[in-house]
Amino acid sequence: MENNVIICGSGGQGILLAGTVLCRAGLLEDKFVTWLPSYGAEKRGGLSYCAVVISDKPIASPVIGRPEVIIALDNIGFDNYENVLADKGLVILNSSLIKREVKRKDAVVLGIEITEIARELGNARIANMLAIGVYAGISKSVKLESIIAAMEGVASEKYKELVAVNKKAIEKGYELGKKEK
Amino acid sequence: MNKTGKKIFINGNEAIAEAAIIAGCRFYAGYPITPQNQIPEYMSWRMPEAGGVFIQAESELAAINMVFGASLTGTRAMTSSSSPGISLKQEGISYMAGCELPGVIVNMQRGGPGLGNIQGSQADYFQATKGGGHGDYRMPVLAPSTIPEAIEHVMTAFDLADMYRTPVMLLSDGILGQMMEAVEFPVYKSKKKLPEKDWILDGAKNRKPRSVFSLMMQNPTILEKHNYKLAEKYKKMETEVIHETYLAEDAEILVCAYGIMGRICRGAIDMARKEGVKAGLFRPVTVWPFASEVVSKLGKKAKKVLVVELNLGQMVEDIRLAVEDNKKISFFGKPGGAVATKEEIFAKIKELIK
Amino acid sequence: MKAVYTKPISLTETANSYCPGCGHGLVHRLVAEVIDELGVRERTIGIAPVGCAVFAYDYFNFDVTEAPHGRPPAVATAIKRCLPDRIVFTYQGDGDLASIGTNEIIHAANRGENITVIFINNAVYGMTGGQMAPTTLEGMKTTTTTKGRDVKVAGHPLRVSELLSSIEGAVYIERVTVIDPANVIKAKKAIKKAFQNQIDKKGFSFVEVLSPCPINWGLKPLDALKFIKEKMMEYFKLGVIKDSTNSKESK
Ligand SMILES: Cc1ncc(C[n+]2csc(CCOP(=O)(O)OP(=O)(O)O)c2C)c(N)n1
Ligand code: SF4
Repeated sequence: MENNVIICGSGGQGILLAGTVLCRAGLLEDKFVTWLPSYGAEKRGGLSYCAVVISDKPIASPVIGRPEVIIALDNIGFDNYENVLADKGLVILNSSLIKREVKRKDAVVLGIEITEIARELGNARIANMLAIGVYAGISKSVKLESIIAAMEGVASEKYKELVAVNKKAIEKGYELGKKEK
Repeated sequence: MNKTGKKIFINGNEAIAEAAIIAGCRFYAGYPITPQNQIPEYMSWRMPEAGGVFIQAESELAAINMVFGASLTGTRAMTSSSSPGISLKQEGISYMAGCELPGVIVNMQRGGPGLGNIQGSQADYFQATKGGGHGDYRMPVLAPSTIPEAIEHVMTAFDLADMYRTPVMLLSDGILGQMMEAVEFPVYKSKKKLPEKDWILDGAKNRKPRSVFSLMMQNPTILEKHNYKLAEKYKKMETEVIHETYLAEDAEILVCAYGIMGRICRGAIDMARKEGVKAGLFRPVTVWPFASEVVSKLGKKAKKVLVVELNLGQMVEDIRLAVEDNKKISFFGKPGGAVATKEEIFAKIKELIK
Repeated sequence: MKAVYTKPISLTETANSYCPGCGHGLVHRLVAEVIDELGVRERTIGIAPVGCAVFAYDYFNFDVTEAPHGRPPAVATAIKRCLPDRIVFTYQGDGDLASIGTNEIIHAANRGENITVIFINNAVYGMTGGQMAPTTLEGMKTTTTTKGRDVKVAGHPLRVSELLSSIEGAVYIERVTVIDPANVIKAKKAIKKAFQNQIDKKGFSFVEVLSPCPINWGLKPLDALKFIKEKMMEYFKLGVIKDSTNSKESK
């Protein structure tokens, strides 16, 4: 089984970090993973994305031409990747920031107020963790415990106090995602 | 810090840097350029920790000449850069070839010509395999396609360098440098019996003074002799071919690709096989020396040969030289820094088999 | 100068191929004498430039390497960093050091590399046949300034020692010449100090030598010496340009 997902949005939204947490979760389950980021112009506000592949077998391509799933955290990300979504692919769409209509009529769209819910949980900046929670809940590509453990593993000393709220975000996202199946 | 024997999630650039340290590299000089900046950044703290020397050089020219100097002392030395910086290093590479100094040069290719862009690219194949610098020299060039393989071949590169007293290039690209993958660092053990470094400059204590030079101007036969001697060495180096095939034995369509495109093509071949299309892969790991005999054989059996590169067609020339029937050969390239996806390559395969 | 010529151990028997009246041979000899006197021959590594002194590895009786044109300071940096207890020096002309290699010399100085640099200023490109160097005097005729150096298009002669003196990492810079016995003695003293500094781990030391190139100046050897005295020394003032040796802690 191979799962692939593109996480996209803007610099400052924690897109790249979200992707690495997902990969590390896969690693905790002894899966093969690849993570490929946008790079070079990661300034705040510009397009940011990463491609994540999680698989039971060695991964041929870290580049995802037609992603099965897109996690779009804002318009910049979604505008760039809507077109390449695989036929009948899934969009996990942050409806707090993406208000426009989805052009891809074949897409399965899961609109969630990701930023808003994150804010209610205490910090809009944990939207990224909430989003990968949703993804794990719906795709079952990695387990909830793995994501939490992976997040705890990467939280630097400076951010230790944020572990609890990040955990809440992942759990909340997972619950929302699970409901959809 | 010991990283061997543990599974680590790491990007290609840092993995290459750590692999060099494990292989005993104790000198690194470099100059910032995207997409390889994690190499000097990593080396800046890791090299001193390992008891070696890190220098942020004033230019790529200076960096390669520092590698030249470090190598003279018998120290395993490396520099890294990306395409525009590698152009500047050609001077030093040529001198190292002429002076027979070992060293490892990493090229995390980006788009060109000129400043191009910072996306992954394979546009420097000619430069790497057909000379690059001036003079009639050859240099082993290794093109890994995964991070674990990059680690393995950084180590191979140091061994080849010391074995043949030659610069060796690791030809990779921005994608492999930036992406992350899980790796286990092996314990380094040279696979070769390496010759003693009885040529280094470390002070003429209890021995005759030594000199290292490439200028042979006194009389024309001297340079000729020197170049024939180097030619002997290149002949030996030609036996160091490394390549991989995948489902190639019964392949009707033989896909040829290296580096990052090698692994992506493997994905396309899986897609093809699922639909009953007999596609297979030839992937050179050393792009010099080149596994010409292997391609030649496989090319005879295949109906079509598809060469895939992130450029306008460079390795395809080596394939044309090796495969007798040139009409069989098609080329699919992406010269702008965007990557050919497995879906695109699969579509191309289907088109050819029609 | 010694009355009787005794060859320093640090020079080989090989006869050098410099032109009559050239400064290179004399400066080689001074360097060799200093290395003998300091007793460091067996741990010295020299870096020869691209220029007339390219064959220095044949003349010096210790380990010497070639380096690409202008890059000796980069090569020296790495050798010294890998082998900190060896004595490492570069020997460079004004094309090598002051033109194609300005970047390398400035940054080696700026890093405060504990090396010694012998800089031969002969105001021309000797080896390639007498073209303009950055140090060519105003109005001076060379094969690429046949009407004399026009500073409006070619710039003014570059005072490298003064330029380097603004760099914190350079601890000792002196300009000398070899036009007469008294100056040769001074030149040797400066070279010795530049090596002693390295032994004492004081840091980057640099000696500029105004040196004759009679062939490319189109002058007889004695007139070449006069040219240095009357023309070059006017613009390139002799003396200690910077010396913070005593204020520098060993590094
Ligand atoms: C990259 C490169 N450019 C040019 C040359 C040709 N070249 C050889 S020596 C030299 C100039 C040497 O002049 P200088 O450094 O003043 O030394 P001198 O010969 O006067 O002692 C030049 C330009 C070269 N060898 N390499
Ligand atoms: S050309 Fe000038 S610098 Fe060169 S050897 Fe002759 S006199 Fe000396």
